[in-house]
Amino acid sequence: MPDRKVCIIGGGMSKWGVREASIVDMTQEAAKDCFDDVPALKRADVDGLLFASSYCGRRSFQVNAAPVMAERIGLKPTSICTRVDTLCAGGSSGIILATGLIRSGMADIVMIAGGEKLYTPQRWETYYSELASIDHDWDGAQGIGLPPPFFSMTAQEHMKRYGTTKEQLSAVSVKNRRNGATNPKGHFQKAVTMEEVMAARPIAPPLGLFDCTPVTDGCAAVLLTHEDKAKELSDRPLVYIRGTAQATLHSMSMNWPGEHLADWLHLRTAAKKVYERARVGPGDIDVAQTHDCFTISEIIEMEDLGFCKKGEGGHFVESGQSDFGGEVPVNTDGGLLSCGHPFGATGIRQAREMLHQLQGRAIKQVEGAKIGLTHNLSGLNVEHTILIYGREP
Amino acid sequence: MGFENFGTVSFTAAAKAADFMTHLEAGKVMTTRCRNCGASYFPPKADCPACLSSDVDWFEIKGQGKLNTYTIVNYGPTGFENDAPYILALGEFEGGIQVLARLSRDIKPDDIKVGMSLALSPVKLPDNRVAYEFNKV
Repeated sequence: MPDRKVCIIGGGMSKWGVREASIVDMTQEAAKDCFDDVPALKRADVDGLLFASSYCGRRSFQVNAAPVMAERIGLKPTSICTRVDTLCAGGSSGIILATGLIRSGMADIVMIAGGEKLYTPQRWETYYSELASIDHDWDGAQGIGLPPPFFSMTAQEHMKRYGTTKEQLSAVSVKNRRNGATNPKGHFQKAVTMEEVMAARPIAPPLGLFDCTPVTDGCAAVLLTHEDKAKELSDRPLVYIRGTAQATLHSMSMNWPGEHLADWLHLRTAAKKVYERARVGPGDIDVAQTHDCFTISEIIEMEDLGFCKKGEGGHFVESGQSDFGGEVPVNTDGGLLSCGHPFGATGIRQAREMLHQLQGRAIKQVEGAKIGLTHNLSGLNVEHTILIYGREP
Repeated sequence: MGFENFGTVSFTAAAKAADFMTHLEAGKVMTTRCRNCGASYFPPKADCPACLSSDVDWFEIKGQGKLNTYTIVNYGPTGFENDAPYILALGEFEGGIQVLARLSRDIKPDDIKVGMSLALSPVKLPDNRVAYEFNKV
């Protein structure tokens, strides 16, 4: 069996936001943007499509979506054509699966596309189908379908134990909205001030409006292939997938694996594995896209990814260590807080930004970036997914 | 009967742990312990996730629990709009059993303290529905 090195060679996005377009329309926009990124590629040579979406079956009433998308974007896959669902990490799961298929020789060129159409004419639908993302028989029946209450409890735990402040939470939002202000594909192109974030209306205290990712429609797509084919298709620097990990230690809020809600053992478990697989440590990461669904999430991620000590995530962000010029710039394209979070598309958006960063063509470039990390948490924090990309395999 | 009348909005009518509802209607919040490996859980399960045995026993979650964390829900999901605002909390009971439930409306927001003692008990809802909630000890 072959053991091929796997590269990401192209990326694309539809415009994200509140869209008067279907999930199929937006997938086509994202795929076209991705194909335009690799002009030498013939679409007929793409032998795999993985489509990442969690809510297409419900909010777009489209199950078995992958063949529909393949037809719409002019692909005729012969190795794999299927849908992937791990909610917020669906896109990253697709990239992990495609990496395995290409590495082993079961596929040669795979497109990973994904996204969601979350706004529907039936506005209640958004707030009903969210209840399906947890153990709905039990937690859902208590009325904890929407994520803010759960992350509010997480934030309060972190504030109580480590003295994290609302200003430190707000600093995440100010940074990411500033990074996203120049990203034309994201939901928002507007920076926010510390005063605006602090004074915003409460959603689930201490989380206010700007502490939460918005509800967003959008799709994204990337292309993966093996090293030899990547050299053939592009003169750009090669970007390799160096390591992957996905850790699940429980299935719902009630069997939480850590000591407390601000202790993310499943993230540390995934981080340990991905660093081993990629043969690097947290100090080697030049740029990172981590899952800032809420401001508190990014703070805890800095700690449990090993960028700073436990309890110091708030200070790390506030002192600029996760900004340009700091230890490790995080969410350089605006992250979820500025781009939005159409679940299946988010990991793909992060991969596209990482491709741009490591090839030196990002809108907000981290100078000389060679090794990058992307991270998703999914559901009410039931799973952590991490990929490490590098200019060397 | 199954879970037809469980909670403000129930999602699953048929599940193998339906005895939970019979006990809840009778005034007890019960859950399961595996006779084979001794593991205990909440929510209850008819088949053990640890050893996969189907030999499980019911026991009541009683005594004092501890409030670990809580949140005030201002925007309820569809089906819960008329309930908001309500308070969701995580409580921990003997043997490390963790329960997510609402706090009784008898507990005023100003009186809530992390670490305070709680009891878990059934609560009757409108339209003959039934759930469980945390109460003052």
